[in-house]
Amino acid sequence: MQAPTIIIALLILSSVSYYLGRKRAFAVAQGHIRKLHSLPLYYGLYTAIWAGVPALLLLAFWFMFEDTMITHLVVADLPAHIADQGADRLNLVINDIKNMVNGNIVSSQINPAMQAAADHYKQLQSTSHILVAIIALCLAVGSGSLMLTKIKAKQRARNAVESFLTVVLILCSSIAILTTIGILLSVLFESIRFFRAVPITEFIFGLEWSPQTAIRADQVGSSGAFGAVPLFAGTLLISFIAMLVAVPIGLMSAIFLSEYAGPKVRATAKPLLEILAGIPTVVYGFFAALSVAPFIRDTGGLLGLDVASESALAAGLVMGIMIIPFVSSLSDDVINAVPQSLRDGAYGLGATQSETIRRVIFPAALPGIVGGILLAVSRAIGETMIVVMAAGLAANLTANPLEAVTTVTVQIVTLLTGDQEFDSPKTLAAFALGLMLFTVTLVLNVIALHVVRKYREQYE
Amino acid sequence: MNTIDISGDVMTDADNTRVNEPLKTSSTATVARDVRETVGDVTVSNPRMRCKSVNVYYNEKQAIKNVSLDIGRHEVVAMIGPSGCGKSTFLRCLNRMNDTIVGCRVSGEILMDGDDINGNGIDVVPLRAQVGMVFQKPNPFPKSIYENIAFGPRIHGLAKDKTELDEVVETSLKRAGLWEEVKDRLLQPGTGLSGGQQQRLCIARTIAVNPEVILMDEPCSALDPIATAIIEELIDELRQDYSIAIVTHSMQQAARVSQRTAYFHLGDLIEVGETKQVFTNPIHQLTEDYITGRFG
Amino acid sequence: MNNMSSQTEIDEAEIRSRRTIEIVNQGLKRRRAAEKRFRFYGKLAISMGMLFLVVLFASIVSKGYTAFLQTYVKLDVYIDEQKIDPQGTRESETLSRANYGALVKSTLRGMFPDVKSRRDKKDLYALVSNGADFEIRKRVMENPALIGQTLSLWVPADDDVDMLLKGHINREGAESERRLKDNQLRWIDQMWEQGRMEKRFNTTFFTAGDSRDPELAGIWGAVSGSFLTLIVTLLLSFPIGVAAAVYLEEFAPKNHLTDIIEVNINNLAAVPSIVFGLLGLAMFINLFGLPRSAPLVGGLVLSLMTLPTIIIASRAALKSVPPSIREAALGVGASPQQAMMYHVLPLAMPGILTGTIIGMAQALGETAPLLMIGMVAFIVDIPGNVFDPSTVLPVQIFLWADSPERAFVERTSAAIMVLLTFLIAMNAIAVVLRKRFERRW
Repeated sequence: MQAPTIIIALLILSSVSYYLGRKRAFAVAQGHIRKLHSLPLYYGLYTAIWAGVPALLLLAFWFMFEDTMITHLVVADLPAHIADQGADRLNLVINDIKNMVNGNIVSSQINPAMQAAADHYKQLQSTSHILVAIIALCLAVGSGSLMLTKIKAKQRARNAVESFLTVVLILCSSIAILTTIGILLSVLFESIRFFRAVPITEFIFGLEWSPQTAIRADQVGSSGAFGAVPLFAGTLLISFIAMLVAVPIGLMSAIFLSEYAGPKVRATAKPLLEILAGIPTVVYGFFAALSVAPFIRDTGGLLGLDVASESALAAGLVMGIMIIPFVSSLSDDVINAVPQSLRDGAYGLGATQSETIRRVIFPAALPGIVGGILLAVSRAIGETMIVVMAAGLAANLTANPLEAVTTVTVQIVTLLTGDQEFDSPKTLAAFALGLMLFTVTLVLNVIALHVVRKYREQYE
Repeated sequence: MNTIDISGDVMTDADNTRVNEPLKTSSTATVARDVRETVGDVTVSNPRMRCKSVNVYYNEKQAIKNVSLDIGRHEVVAMIGPSGCGKSTFLRCLNRMNDTIVGCRVSGEILMDGDDINGNGIDVVPLRAQVGMVFQKPNPFPKSIYENIAFGPRIHGLAKDKTELDEVVETSLKRAGLWEEVKDRLLQPGTGLSGGQQQRLCIARTIAVNPEVILMDEPCSALDPIATAIIEELIDELRQDYSIAIVTHSMQQAARVSQRTAYFHLGDLIEVGETKQVFTNPIHQLTEDYITGRFG
Repeated sequence: MNNMSSQTEIDEAEIRSRRTIEIVNQGLKRRRAAEKRFRFYGKLAISMGMLFLVVLFASIVSKGYTAFLQTYVKLDVYIDEQKIDPQGTRESETLSRANYGALVKSTLRGMFPDVKSRRDKKDLYALVSNGADFEIRKRVMENPALIGQTLSLWVPADDDVDMLLKGHINREGAESERRLKDNQLRWIDQMWEQGRMEKRFNTTFFTAGDSRDPELAGIWGAVSGSFLTLIVTLLLSFPIGVAAAVYLEEFAPKNHLTDIIEVNINNLAAVPSIVFGLLGLAMFINLFGLPRSAPLVGGLVLSLMTLPTIIIASRAALKSVPPSIREAALGVGASPQQAMMYHVLPLAMPGILTGTIIGMAQALGETAPLLMIGMVAFIVDIPGNVFDPSTVLPVQIFLWADSPERAFVERTSAAIMVLLTFLIAMNAIAVVLRKRFERRW
């Protein structure tokens, strides 16, 4: 019995309970529905919830621990020469056994002992599945029919169902918090492990980044240096270039659209600009790597400049293009929130439109615009695909936009894609970088959202 | 029929149908349909501004119908009438504030020093410097008190240096009767002042560019009675130097501050006359009905 | 307006005003010029935005449109029984393992009998894609009666041939620097003149999975992967998102906790997507032991990412339903939840759906977090369920963009065009939904 089958069976049982519950309610009411406390529907739902939910919870609980339990049992029965190999080897063996169970390729030779263990595992698994299926179905039938017999006219079925729903709603709302906690924990744990191997000061202040560590002692290669400063510098350089493109263009577009453009122009230009925001970043990355970077390199060549083919300029430029609609729509919102009365006040004194914009609207909207720009910066820092595809891998510490630099996100991707062991400092370093990225963007976001919110409240 | 004109908002004025509907039921409204001629003398001997047959349309709707009115020197002209009668719209024609509204058309002549302000080659910038405006809700810029006043002189380049600008700020605040209250906190934000002070700040801001005419669009409707009294007093003083056209929904205010009163009804200018005469002895039936509170 | 009027009685205030106007008029020209300049900057900025859009699309379309055609070669293959089924058993096992490449090679040799040396033969064989073998095998397996007959069929040409005919490979220049040698060029021209080579609609591109050979590579595997991933995302994020929005907007007490949740949701919307990938890797794969590269994990990660979008849009939609509707329902004795279920939620549904579609479009275009959870592998098979290893369209684009073959450039661009078509369609649906059901209260 596989899990989906059991779940489907439970769902069917639950819907049967719904009909039985409803029918029972009608029967109790003896044709006078007004005698019931709640609508018959709620008695049905009440029964269905009791039939389905406890059994499903049991099932979830069971499957969560099944693997650990079975592994424990299998390991206990392993022949001594395999079981006493120390934790690392044992883990490999367990992995192999599981792979054999799932019919995957195994890393080592299959020997009879392991085959036996795998069979044992399989057998335990099927026993466990049958067991849980029986228990769950019994539970469902039991609690469902118990509730069925309890249905009475005075019973407050609606309130019970609604309390249940409220709990479900609250659980759904808390997923946002759980996600944040999950992110924090997952990057924090691995980062702590990383900082045990590499001192945090070296990571934050070190000037050299070359994460390639020698796996074997005789291997030629670097010893591995984890100074992240070149990454931070590269990230900042590319983000800065992006902002140089996005802020003036985005801001002026927003001003033009909200203050100058007629309704027709606005109705066409705004959605067109927003298309830029809807284009996936991987497309921008492709555009940067295959169109913009060669163009910049060739143009630089004509001018006698030596431009790297993965220049920071290309990545930054394209990232800027991506962020234009972001800046412009945020600024547009903010500018539109400036009350018309301020414009009237300035026009009434004889200010021209541009004077009104520059001297009244812009200063009034400034906090909101700054908030929007901070959000844009946070987005630039966290942007991944464009830089992965168009920026370099070499960690150069430079401020020259024509050279190749690498960024935090590029390194996270390079360190974690491909086949690596999960516990090497190399992969752990990716989580440390992730922690930095998360912290910095979180701080930027919190500040920006706070500023924007305060700004809005001011004019509400 | 106790609709009080609290929203001197232009769009409301334009929205004739909305106010039309309740009025149709009253007997007086049927009379209003046929009235075209303005009762009373619309002209004065030495006008600052002279409007001749002004019509205003919002898209297809006509908001102002053939209105002629002079604005004299050293006088306060009050414009009264029920909500949506077009008084605010008319006021906004006088310094072309309606330019900013999409779909608004103005025809007829509005003469200032013999030139039509809607004519070719007339720039709104000097016009609005010459004809200033104070709005219904105090709208100080989110800057310091000083910067609020200095805004006009700065953009127009009226002050050569800092001392001259300081002087302009001081005189303007003094004329608006605000100097004593704010002289110690000129660098604090103008939005921090009380409503009445804010409105006086806006008046001072207007004065700072030396206008000839000041338009006031229900300047006291957002203020408490005490602040209103102070502003009314100020208006009376300002009359010495400026021509003032004021739109108000309060008949008492019109009676208190103005020398002449113009009564608007559904886009028509019904009656113009000495304030005293209009309020004590109105000629037109509609004016009398409005003054006596039969509607509006 | 500065001409002095003929009227009398010009007082002091008036003189001041006239002087002011004079100053204003003096500066007018400069200010009008500044005004024009400022307006021009605005226009310039918006045109730059439009220009970028046009350049982006033009560059992708111009690079990619050729990928929808592919060069095919017509081969008359004699299905030699001796070579593929010498025993004559016709067993599918034998047929499936037979060496069809030999058939293709002998056919090619037959077409160019003067090719003798080993090197030349190798060059000749290189003109036809490996796909030819599979194609013949498929035909023979379907219909073993073909054995012993001559089968005339069109097979894909090698990607270098394709690139040459599409003008991406230069015929000039030193032979050693070219992908195709002189004699290969000669053979190609010969076949072209004989009508044995032509460009046809590239169905492989839409029906095949990934491949190392550009002429055999297609997007169907990636599209299926995207579809499965999006299904998981939708099934998770839509109910949870709507439930969260309903609770926060309608039932939640205004306290610290809900405040924190609110700030949290807004923050999550701005967290870099790659961080969600790290979460997926550490939590779903390493901790919960879910399979790598599976659409299930991809869907889980993407649903966490799209949740904020859906929640924010749903809350806005719920907020726009006027309180009078709720009051009306409560007034006839409905419980708050009934009012919600039967009245508010249906009215807010168009807005919620619009937000959901936009969230799904974002998820469809997302790449970075999926790299973290291993959906970046080279996968040939078309995934059949959410546990199968698979990739998604944007990741496929990323993989192809990294490939050195010239032919992958146009395929990448074509895949981008397909992706953008999906996105534009989704956004268009969202716009239509909004327009059709938009209600102003």
